[in-house]
Amino acid sequence: MAFQILINVVIAFSWMFLKNQWTFPDFIIGYFWGLVILFLMRKFLPGRFYFERVLAAGRLFFLFLRELVLANVQVIRDILRPKLKIEPGIFAMPTELKSDWEITLLSLLITLTPGTLVMDVSDDNKILYIHAMNIPDADQAIAEIKNTFEKAIMEVTR
Amino acid sequence: MTETISIFIGVVVLLGSLLSLVTTIGLIRLPDVYTRSHAASKSATLGVLLILVAALLYFWLADNYFSARLVLGIVFVFITAPVAGHLISRAAYYTDVPLWEKSVKDDLKTKARHEPKKEIEKRQKVHTEA
Repeated sequence: MAFQILINVVIAFSWMFLKNQWTFPDFIIGYFWGLVILFLMRKFLPGRFYFERVLAAGRLFFLFLRELVLANVQVIRDILRPKLKIEPGIFAMPTELKSDWEITLLSLLITLTPGTLVMDVSDDNKILYIHAMNIPDADQAIAEIKNTFEKAIMEVTR
Repeated sequence: MTETISIFIGVVVLLGSLLSLVTTIGLIRLPDVYTRSHAASKSATLGVLLILVAALLYFWLADNYFSARLVLGIVFVFITAPVAGHLISRAAYYTDVPLWEKSVKDDLKTKARHEPKKEIEKRQKVHTEA
């Protein structure tokens, strides 16, 4: 991915050399044409076309924002309810993600999602221990959310 | 700066401060460390974020000054607050702070039984090497 970005920047600079104009808008135009060239040549390059990943990262960011707002609505509801109705507990969740970077991202996302907080990661990076506000109603919903998160992260990294 | 924009910014500031207030109520009301850190790591993050965003918008639209430092502040809070919540609750767990009595489940127990010893050994190793 970094390699493709580097090529793209080089193409943008070549564009500026060809035009003999050294302004930022020219760089942007050159970058755009570089993107087109890279897209046409995507079969010859190692890995996926990198802009797909950039878009996936953007999607992940919006997912992040949405979950943050939802989490807060739920926390407020839990806190301001006249009679405390929570059933906290810790459950283990196996994850398919491998690298440290992916797992860090996943636990950040989980911590900011409704009613969950990452407590620990097992030594072999395969299980996340998560503290949940409401174990009964959360269990299934959480599993679903995890799937969407894990998928979104994999879209970015693989 | 028009009237609607200033009202919008005011609403965002108020929302942020209300969220911080709710966080504080949560810190007082909730029963144990872990549930409290739920409140602290989520509501506080969004509360501070909203206040910073409102400040950013205000200086941008009223004074025509775009503060890159506020953007950096937003990003840093966004990244560090949940990590802090995680570390505090983890440290609490490994120093045997009990869960609330009404907690239903504790899957971490099986791991925690042998984990601390290993951690201590690891730490001692680092110390002797250094």
